[in-house]
Amino acid sequence: MSIKVKNLSKQFGSFTAVKDVSFQVQTGSLVALLGPSGSGKSTLLRMIAGLEKPDLGEIHLTGAEATFQSAKDRNVGFVFQHYALFKHMTVAENIAFGLKVRNLAPEEIKKRVAELIKLVQMEGLGQRFPSQLSGGQRQRVALARALAPRPQVLLLDEPFGALDAKVRDELRKWITLLHKETSVTTLFVTHDQHEALEIADRIIVMNQGSIEQEGTALDIFDRPATHFVAQFVGETNFIESKLCEPELVCWGPFKFSVSGFKMGDKVRIYFRPNDVYVSSNPETLQVKGTIEKIRFRGPLIELTLDIGEDKSIAALVPKGVSLASGFKENMPVYIGITDFHAFHQI
Amino acid sequence: MFRANSPLKTIPAMSESRTVRYLLITTAFLFLGLFLLVPLATVLVRALEKGFQVYLEAIRNPDTLSAIRLTLLAAFISVGLNLVFGLAAAWAIGKFEFIGKNILITLIDLPFAVSPIISGLIYVLLFGLQGTLGPWLSDHNIKIIFAVPGIILATTFVTFPFVARELIPLMQSQGTEEEEAAVVLGANGWQIFWRVTLPNIKWGLLYGLILTNARAMGEFGAVSVVSGHIRGATNTIPLHVEILYNEYSYAASFAVASLLALLAIVTLAVKSFIEWKTHEKFSMRQEEIF
Repeated sequence: MSIKVKNLSKQFGSFTAVKDVSFQVQTGSLVALLGPSGSGKSTLLRMIAGLEKPDLGEIHLTGAEATFQSAKDRNVGFVFQHYALFKHMTVAENIAFGLKVRNLAPEEIKKRVAELIKLVQMEGLGQRFPSQLSGGQRQRVALARALAPRPQVLLLDEPFGALDAKVRDELRKWITLLHKETSVTTLFVTHDQHEALEIADRIIVMNQGSIEQEGTALDIFDRPATHFVAQFVGETNFIESKLCEPELVCWGPFKFSVSGFKMGDKVRIYFRPNDVYVSSNPETLQVKGTIEKIRFRGPLIELTLDIGEDKSIAALVPKGVSLASGFKENMPVYIGITDFHAFHQI
Repeated sequence: MFRANSPLKTIPAMSESRTVRYLLITTAFLFLGLFLLVPLATVLVRALEKGFQVYLEAIRNPDTLSAIRLTLLAAFISVGLNLVFGLAAAWAIGKFEFIGKNILITLIDLPFAVSPIISGLIYVLLFGLQGTLGPWLSDHNIKIIFAVPGIILATTFVTFPFVARELIPLMQSQGTEEEEAAVVLGANGWQIFWRVTLPNIKWGLLYGLILTNARAMGEFGAVSVVSGHIRGATNTIPLHVEILYNEYSYAASFAVASLLALLAIVTLAVKSFIEWKTHEKFSMRQEEIF
């Protein structure tokens, strides 16, 4: 029930979609392939399903080599972004398809279909056609259809991409529950970092056909390994500067202590708006600034802070904090940066 | 929850006066009556003017029966061939990317672009005695021109675009996702074709086949060139009508022509039924989307 991919590459004409990618998905885990569009994540998923042929590399499913197996024989479950339900079949017929083509006994098929209809909470809707269902229901049917033949692994291609925000949110929660219940090894593709951070056990961040970083949500968010991950996952401020003293980067009024850089090195520093501490009292904070702009963002308030020398940074503070401190535009404040990541400039 | 059909029932943006509306409708019906219904009625009246007995005899004449047989044979074979070729071409164009795809799409339209006479002439030039392959064929005792194979070839050629043209846009719009879903679910090629692809295109395919059949039975130009007009051997219904007419056997000629007219009416009926059927499915979908 595990997936192992070794040195996988795929070229479309002169475009390299996937470049020497290797990773493993442990049995029973729920892993996200996160990346912007065109990063090769969907191609990678389609290669694992057998819908695309890799140019180089190996694919192993449940320990057995599947690189040259046809899609038909791989026994993977695949859920498409636009559901790809069979339009002329009812919900029950859609779910039964994978069982019928395997020539299972009719009673067995009936039993399994009933099981799955219950699992995806579609009781009473078995005789409906896909056109009579809402987007969320269609995606649940697609999931049931993929799970019906008891696949070795479940692959989801942007499974919530075509749904509106509220349904997407519900389905996300539901899919984590479903995964706990079925514990099928699941790999899903998404460009939505919130989705990946929220439901995946592990995240593989991809960019331009290669893996940038692999780890838990916390690893990815708090310890970005590359420039790309620092920028792509979560919101971030970044600055470019040089060392002003050994192991110290100066930028405006801020000083960042770093290691692994020589004098004269160009350094890029990333820090998240939520790692910017803002206070109306000096406390221990030495940097002074002014609130240039306030943007209301639901439970959080985004502040644009002018720190002099034509420089400004963004900060995110909880609405309550902002209210208690009486933040308003043009108000002088004290600023500290509690966490940051330094990289050699590219 | 609202139904999608309710906002469709809006007040028309343009509403002409009563007079203009009736004038337009009357014109349309008058035109239709003058150019379609009157000739159709004439065919039936002229066919029956010497009594039903003459009508029946004209149709029971061995030459007529032979023409009917040949027409049915040519139509049957060209419908069969176009079913296979049209489906294959539409499949290739709709579901794959390959070099020369645009050339193929253009070539499929060729039989519509050239005059049927030219289509017939192509075969004469290719297979006729003076033609490129003529000597070889006559050495091997194979007759194509002025024989049944030529008629079938010409009929198939002129009807080639119908099925493909009908299916290409349909298959292109449907894409390959359902087929991909089926293969991942473990279906083999045949299962995918019969259970997924065919049900999705069946109405379009049937529509294409009906048009093919109607054109195949009515084709005159191309068939006329390759047939040689041998009575009882290479005459199809349209050719036979012409011969009878030229021989001043009007009643017989109109009697045979009425068969073609009947076929046209049946074709129209089946065609509207299919359109109604596909439309019904479509509007059902529209209505039931949340």
